[in-house]
Amino acid sequence: MYPFEITSPLTIAAAVEALENEEAQPLAGGQTLIPTLKARLAMPEVLVSLTGIKELQSIAVRDGQLCVGAGVTHANLAKQTAQYPALAALAADIGDPAVRNRGTIGGSLANNDPAACYPAAALASGATIVTNARTIAADDYFVGMFETALDEGEIITEVRFPLPQAAHYAKFAQPASRFALVGVFVARFADGVRVAVTGASEEGVFRWTDAEGALSQAFSAQALDGLTVPAEDMMDDIHGTPDYRAHLVAVLTKRAVVAAG
Amino acid sequence: MPHIEGSSVTEETMTQISMVVNGTAMTGDVADQTLLVDFLRDDLRLTGTHVGCDTSQCGACLVHVNGLAVKSCTMFAREAQDAEVATIEGQAMADGQLNAIQQAFQTHHGLQCGFCTPGMIMATAALLQDNPKPTEDQIRNYLEGNFCRCTGYHNIVRAVFAASGQDVSLIAAE
Ligand SMILES: Cc1cc2nc3c(=O)[nH]c(=O)nc-3n(C[C@H](O)[C@H](O)[C@H](O)COP(=O)(O)OP(=O)(O)OC[C@H]3O[C@@H](n4cnc5c(N)ncnc54)[C@H](O)[C@@H]3O)c2cc1C
Ligand code: FES
Ligand code: FES
Repeated sequence: MYPFEITSPLTIAAAVEALENEEAQPLAGGQTLIPTLKARLAMPEVLVSLTGIKELQSIAVRDGQLCVGAGVTHANLAKQTAQYPALAALAADIGDPAVRNRGTIGGSLANNDPAACYPAAALASGATIVTNARTIAADDYFVGMFETALDEGEIITEVRFPLPQAAHYAKFAQPASRFALVGVFVARFADGVRVAVTGASEEGVFRWTDAEGALSQAFSAQALDGLTVPAEDMMDDIHGTPDYRAHLVAVLTKRAVVAAG
Repeated sequence: MPHIEGSSVTEETMTQISMVVNGTAMTGDVADQTLLVDFLRDDLRLTGTHVGCDTSQCGACLVHVNGLAVKSCTMFAREAQDAEVATIEGQAMADGQLNAIQQAFQTHHGLQCGFCTPGMIMATAALLQDNPKPTEDQIRNYLEGNFCRCTGYHNIVRAVFAASGQDVSLIAAE
């Protein structure tokens, strides 16, 4: 690692101020950032640690939405989110216990790894990403692989999830990394169904609108019969071919619908 | 440390940190980018915590920070300021006897070369704190981030099951 300084502000305002320095970068759980620093893929002069900021730690239901502070770890979300069982189950299955004790929802959404789990939950739930400066609808937030609508120096402070009537996340874990080889989050609301797919596309997380249409008509696995996603948009790597990933998308969507009930 | 071209950072920023390690208050001066595992091993000379992968995969470096299992290769020492840290060195009983988990690993041959063992023991301790009577599936699931290249895991699973006071003959572990 190149040398850098760590600063540990106690408020969002102080963190935002520290991040005005162009060479500064936020540090949350470090589960992605520290390996990146070790590989010398990032060279910040200052890391602004968000872990001491109490404002980022709360989980509460407000106006019918589950509001999760950006600094909430996967482990705490898994334990404290009875209001949204599908989201709690997703958090409980990220990586391993030690990763879940440090990694945060804010870090995951800011990183937008194409194989990460939370982006699927945020997009399928129609969540709102709240930052120090504005609110961003999930539909506008995920721009591409590792790319988001966040500006330089902008930090996620909270994520607001509308609570669906039924939901489930079906994940096919890549056995070595434990990330999603493909993961599908299905969420059923009074006004329709949303389906978000992670792990599969070259563009990162995406909504499978054909499946949403069919499931909004009839919420059953049969409603998906014959529907497929085009393989040409899928990722191709040693873990899976585009055809295989496209196949998994359809299978996992059905499983998610059945499990959501 | 290398000099970075075009950067104002030419020296390490040193910070004094304090934490309680295995019940004893410890202080040290560390560069900000020092990992918790390096502080434990190099500064405190607690070399029972191992570095297997250094990329947060293998769990050889697993310790407890404020009661929670963490991979100490993927946390900065500074982030453990004022924390209670527990490592393998603090696990044996006051009279030097192995604790129940360590003893179960010995009895059930849960180790061969022993490299993964400190992390396995600390992970097991964290598991049993949360879930005193885990099933075989729960044990395997909890140890997902702890790799062992020798034992093939079955004896580790048996050891954890035994350490939780359950009858090992009840699990297949095969
Ligand atoms: C072994 C292993 C297995 C894993 N398995 C999975 C898995 O199955 N599914 C999954 O989804 N993930 C998985 N992960 C990733 C894990 O969830 C990370 O914790 C997460 O992606 C990053 O969160 P973090 O809090 O550690 O962020 P950090 O690593 O601290 O930061 C990540 C990035 O986000 C930025 N950032 C952090 N917080 C904010 C914020 N509030 N606002 C703006 N920017 C911010 C940082 O500057 C950095 O660029 C795994 C990781 C490991 C090591
Ligand atoms: S050395 Fe830390 S996880 Fe492998
Ligand atoms: S005993 Fe050798 S790695 Fe586990």
